[in-house]
Amino acid sequence: MANSEKTSNAGFLKNLVRNQCFIPIAALLLLAVFNLIADPAFFKITLGYNSTGNPVLSGFIIDIINNGSELAILAIGMTLVTAASGGQDISVGAAIAIAGSVILRVLCGGNARPETLQAPIIVAFLVACVVAMLFGAFNGILVAYFKIQPMIATLILYTAGRSIAAWINNNELPVISDPKFAYFGGFIPGIPIPTPCFIAVACMIVIAIVLKVTNLRLYTQAVGINQSSSKLNGLNPEMIKVMAFVILGLCVAVAGLIKVSRVSSINYSVIAKDIEMDAILAVALGGNALSGGKFNMAASIIGAFVIQCLTTTLYKFGVSSTALPAYKAVVVILLVIVSAPTVREYFDTIMKKMKISKEVA
Amino acid sequence: MKKKLAVLLTGAMVMATLAGCGGGSEEAAAPAAEAPAAEEAPAAEEAPAAEEAPAAEEAPAAEEAPAAEAEAPAADGELITVGIINNDPSESGYRTANDADLKAAFTEENGYSASFAYGNPAVGNANEDQVKAAQQFIQDGVDYLLLSAADTAGWDTVLQDAQDQGVQVILFDRTIDADDSLYAASIVSDMDKEGQTAVDWLANQNLETYNIIHLQGQMGSAAQQGRTKALDDKVAAEDNWNMVEQQTASWNAENAQQIVQSVISSGKEFNVIYAENDDMAKGAVAALDAANISHGVGKDVIVMGFDCNKWALEELLAGNWNYDGQCNPFQSSYIDDVIKTLESGGTPAEKVIIMDEKGFDASTITQEDVDNYGI
Repeated sequence: MANSEKTSNAGFLKNLVRNQCFIPIAALLLLAVFNLIADPAFFKITLGYNSTGNPVLSGFIIDIINNGSELAILAIGMTLVTAASGGQDISVGAAIAIAGSVILRVLCGGNARPETLQAPIIVAFLVACVVAMLFGAFNGILVAYFKIQPMIATLILYTAGRSIAAWINNNELPVISDPKFAYFGGFIPGIPIPTPCFIAVACMIVIAIVLKVTNLRLYTQAVGINQSSSKLNGLNPEMIKVMAFVILGLCVAVAGLIKVSRVSSINYSVIAKDIEMDAILAVALGGNALSGGKFNMAASIIGAFVIQCLTTTLYKFGVSSTALPAYKAVVVILLVIVSAPTVREYFDTIMKKMKISKEVA
Repeated sequence: MKKKLAVLLTGAMVMATLAGCGGGSEEAAAPAAEAPAAEEAPAAEEAPAAEEAPAAEEAPAAEEAPAAEAEAPAADGELITVGIINNDPSESGYRTANDADLKAAFTEENGYSASFAYGNPAVGNANEDQVKAAQQFIQDGVDYLLLSAADTAGWDTVLQDAQDQGVQVILFDRTIDADDSLYAASIVSDMDKEGQTAVDWLANQNLETYNIIHLQGQMGSAAQQGRTKALDDKVAAEDNWNMVEQQTASWNAENAQQIVQSVISSGKEFNVIYAENDDMAKGAVAALDAANISHGVGKDVIVMGFDCNKWALEELLAGNWNYDGQCNPFQSSYIDDVIKTLESGGTPAEKVIIMDEKGFDASTITQEDVDNYGI
């Protein structure tokens, strides 16, 4: 009796370690403990009022979930693309520039400094969704039908995207003065939690429901694991790959809305710069195989917040932001190595050996 | 079978890259041409690689074709031909204004026939593209080559060629590491002076203590170095000047916002934001607003920016910011003067011409200033 209890205990521990969410959560906890020791004020959240007299929460934790929203949203799409195509989309930063530019173009109606909005924000957003999904479909078709490596296929948009974005607005840098537009990247009057958090949570709920009620997860994984056998089973792998890229396009449009809303303007060359790398890292941190196949959406999303937590921590300690990528790289290398399937297998076998030697003893 | 597939895939990749490059160089000349170029990409993949490769290489040459046509009237001896090599106009509001200013000045009405080429760091190597464009202009036999180089190095040979061919070179906006006998004049902003003007203005505010958040531009750029140096020197020299945070936000509003948010969250006291461009100042102000920290004329925090974007000057006019330093993008009148002097057989009085640059104070700025100097 006692013996079986012992094994179930060990089994629980093993399951915990084996769970895909373990690595990103452990990383998050590690960062949290580090910050707790270094300066407990890291966790302080204060309720204050902003300059327009509306209540707002502030503090490092709020900063993390606020600034990590776009990354979490992108991680959703990137996970699907990775799982289905076994490659990554490196054009999301450029695509965000395009989506953001489209939103501003529609809102401004060609005039860089409009007194009033020329179109409802929802219309601008929907147009941006359509455009971003078209670009996603473009990437997807290159990958699925022309069998180009995803990284190479998306390289086209990666190089051209920011110029396209500039061209959409005739190289002008529109500024929106309507305070309503700033709600999406800031605060809605009366609600102290930053709006991007709500948008991110909404995206998570939507994808959770989609994965629950549709066959998206099954089909995507099937295509990612073995394309030809999924075809033999009646799936259309090309279609599913394109769909993954289109869904990423939708995520890009949402992230683009938040990004341009944060500053009510756009700078084509620096908006969402290098965000594609962070999004890919989020997927990798989530322990998802970058070669496609099975995926864990929650782990990717947690991975995104790990990255933002790291960024905010480094800002807090005054690490120069030019040196920031280097620090990030070190941490990420460690995490990715630890969560790599081969390393995990290696540790599994070591654990087994230890168990055997214990039993022998 | 596998081998075949590998060959095919490699071919496809090569083509995709070529298509990408081809699209890139076309787009550097005219962003408007970009969308069709990108859409052509799938079609290009079907074409055999052998055909695609030369096509991509020809792209830059094709760009020059209209340029050559434009120069035709110059042969009649009426117009002065100028080849203008600039950086991508979408780089910043500064560059957009700079490009528009040049385009407005060098027109046929003003006696010029101008061709433009751009280097775009987002697409391949900006400096290399610029060098290629310069060689093309020299071959076409332009009278003047106007150059704002992406990098300071790598220009000696081209400028030597220009001199041999009798093409006069005028540098604008950015200097290069080359012997000054290779160019006729250089029209530049003095970034050190811009920084000094701003710091002097700040010193004149006579605050009891200066607790400064310093948001730097892309590290290593001339603007960052000049604008940082003046402040660094002052902080080192004065006891009551403290650097609360010195961090690069890489000209990015959003990074600036995160950095200032982080300073606010950690509860450090500050009363000056010295941002090296307007975008970063804007990001910083967004963070201040969210934390209900008052800023502007007579308020808790002094906000300083650079570049004089129109929207930034309007913030000054409204009293939300305190200072904006100009980085003058309107070089065309200076260039025009130099060319007129050279055409009449003279030489410019000074090889390096430093432009007038102002610093605007929120308490004295007028609507006229906004209209005249806003970019």
